[in-house]
Amino acid sequence: MEEKAVQSESPILSLDGVSIRYMTGDFKEIGIKEFIIRKLTRNYHVNEFWADKDITFSIYRGDMLGIIGTNGAGKSTLLKAISGIMVPTEGTVTREGKIAALLELASGFDGEMTVRENTYLRGAMLGYTKKFMDDTYEEIIRFAELEEFQDRPFKHLSSGMKSRLAFSIASLVEPDILILDEVLSVGDGAFRKKSEAKMKSIIRGGATTILVSHSIAQVRSMCNKILWIDHGKQVTFGSDVKKICDAYEKFLSDKVLPTDL
Amino acid sequence: MKEIAESFRRHRFLFTELVKRDFKKKYKRTYLGMLWSVLSPLLTLLVMRIVFTTFFGSSIEHYTIYLFCGNIVWAYFSEATNGGMSALMDNSSIFSKINVPKYLFLFSRNVSALINFSMTFVVFLIFCLIDGVTITPYFLALLYPILCLVIFNVGIGLILSAMFIFFRDVQYLWSVFLTLLMYLSAIFYNPAQFGAFERVFLLNPVYVYIKYFRHVVIGVNGVAPGLPSVQYHLLALGYAVVAFAIGALIYKKMNHKFLYYV
Repeated sequence: MEEKAVQSESPILSLDGVSIRYMTGDFKEIGIKEFIIRKLTRNYHVNEFWADKDITFSIYRGDMLGIIGTNGAGKSTLLKAISGIMVPTEGTVTREGKIAALLELASGFDGEMTVRENTYLRGAMLGYTKKFMDDTYEEIIRFAELEEFQDRPFKHLSSGMKSRLAFSIASLVEPDILILDEVLSVGDGAFRKKSEAKMKSIIRGGATTILVSHSIAQVRSMCNKILWIDHGKQVTFGSDVKKICDAYEKFLSDKVLPTDL
Repeated sequence: MKEIAESFRRHRFLFTELVKRDFKKKYKRTYLGMLWSVLSPLLTLLVMRIVFTTFFGSSIEHYTIYLFCGNIVWAYFSEATNGGMSALMDNSSIFSKINVPKYLFLFSRNVSALINFSMTFVVFLIFCLIDGVTITPYFLALLYPILCLVIFNVGIGLILSAMFIFFRDVQYLWSVFLTLLMYLSAIFYNPAQFGAFERVFLLNPVYVYIKYFRHVVIGVNGVAPGLPSVQYHLLALGYAVVAFAIGALIYKKMNHKFLYYV
C-alpha cells in the first residue's frame, strides 16, 4: 500500500479482488445425453476450480511488473483477464489505454493461408488499420527474415519462423500496456537478441510492461514490481524485487511458502 | 446498438480480412474454385429437374424456375447456418488469445454465404430469361425476402454457434433437422395440393421466403406474378426479427462463457 502514497497519478492498470473460476465435470465434458440424464436423476454435479483467487494490485505508468509462480499457478489465466480476453468471475479489472498482449504467439494462425494473408489477418486482429499494414508489411517481413516465404502456405514454416513472424507483427504496436508471456525466448540466438532489443525499445518508450517469465534472473534485472502467485492465490505483491525474488528462489528449493512477506 | 456500430467501424479491416479468408479457404485446392459457387446449385437443380419431371411427372408451370426458387433460398439458408454453427468453434484458437469481438467470425461466414448466394442469384435471373419468365419491376421486391433471410440466418447462426460450443451434439441434430426441414420446405412439390392444410407450411420460415420468391417470379396457384399481401410481408420479417432477437440475447448472455468451453 505504500506505493499509493508516493504515486499521485492514477494507476494505469488495477485489479481489485479478481477471481477466475473454471468449471469441471459439467456438460461440456459429458455431452447432451448424459447432461439430461444426470439432470433428471438429480445426479448432476460440477466441480469448481479457482484458477485465480482474489488478486489485487495496481501498477502505474512506466512500471515493469514481473509475475512469478510455478507452472499452473494461474499466471496465464490472470493475463487473459488483464488483456480483456476473459471476464473475471469476481472482481474488476480497470485499465487505461491500449493494451497489447503477446500470449502464446504462434497459435491462431491459419496453416492453409499464405504468410502474407496471415500477416494481414493477424494485424487486423491486433487492431491495426489497412493503411498501417500496407505501410509496415515490408518491415514486418524483413524483421521476421521471411522475405522468401511470403507466398508460401503458413504451415510450411518451421515453428521458429512462425514465432518470429508472430513476434514481428505484434511488436509493432505502440501500446500503453504491453503483456509479455514468455515471449523473450522466441526464435534462435540471433533473433532472440534482436527481439530483446525491440522489447527494450518499446519499454523505454514509456509503456507499462507485464512480464511473465520462468527466468528469475530476467525478472530481477528488468522488473521494478513483483506479483507472486501460487495455486491461484496471491502470495505477495510489492516493489522489493530482491527480497521477493530471494524468497521465491528459496521456495523453489524447499517448497515451503514464506510467511514473513 | 450504437456500441455495436462503433465496434463494427473499429473492426472493419478485421472483418474484411475474415471474409476474404473464409471465402478463399472454401475453394482452396479445387480446380474450378469460385465457379463451384454457381456450379453446385446448378447441378443440384439439374438432378432435381430430371428426377421430378421424368419419375414424378410434375405438372407445375415453369417447373425449372419453381425448383430454382426453392433451391436458391434453401442453399443459402443451409450454407449460412451450417457455416455459422461452427464459426465460433473454428476460430476459438484466435479469440482465446486475442481480444476480438466474437460475433465477427459469425458475420464473416454469413457474408461469404451471401456472396455465394448473390452469384447464384445472377444465374437465377438468366434462367428466368431463358425459361420465358418476364422480368418485371416487381423483381426489385426480392430484396425484401433476401434482407429478411440475411437477418434470419444471422439469428439462427447466433443461436447455433452458441449451442455448438456447449453441446457438440448440435451438429448432428442440426443436420437431421435440416433434412426434415428441406422436405417441409416444398422445394419440389406444391403444397397447394393439400388444400387448406397449406397454411401449416407457413410455420416454416424457409418456406415463407421461398414462396415469396415464387410470388414475385412466377406467381403462385394460378395468380399472376406480383407482390404477396402486407400480412405476408410482416410474417417474413417477423420470423427474421424473432430469430435475430433470440440469437442476440443468447450471444449477449453467453459471450463471456464461450472461452471456458472451447
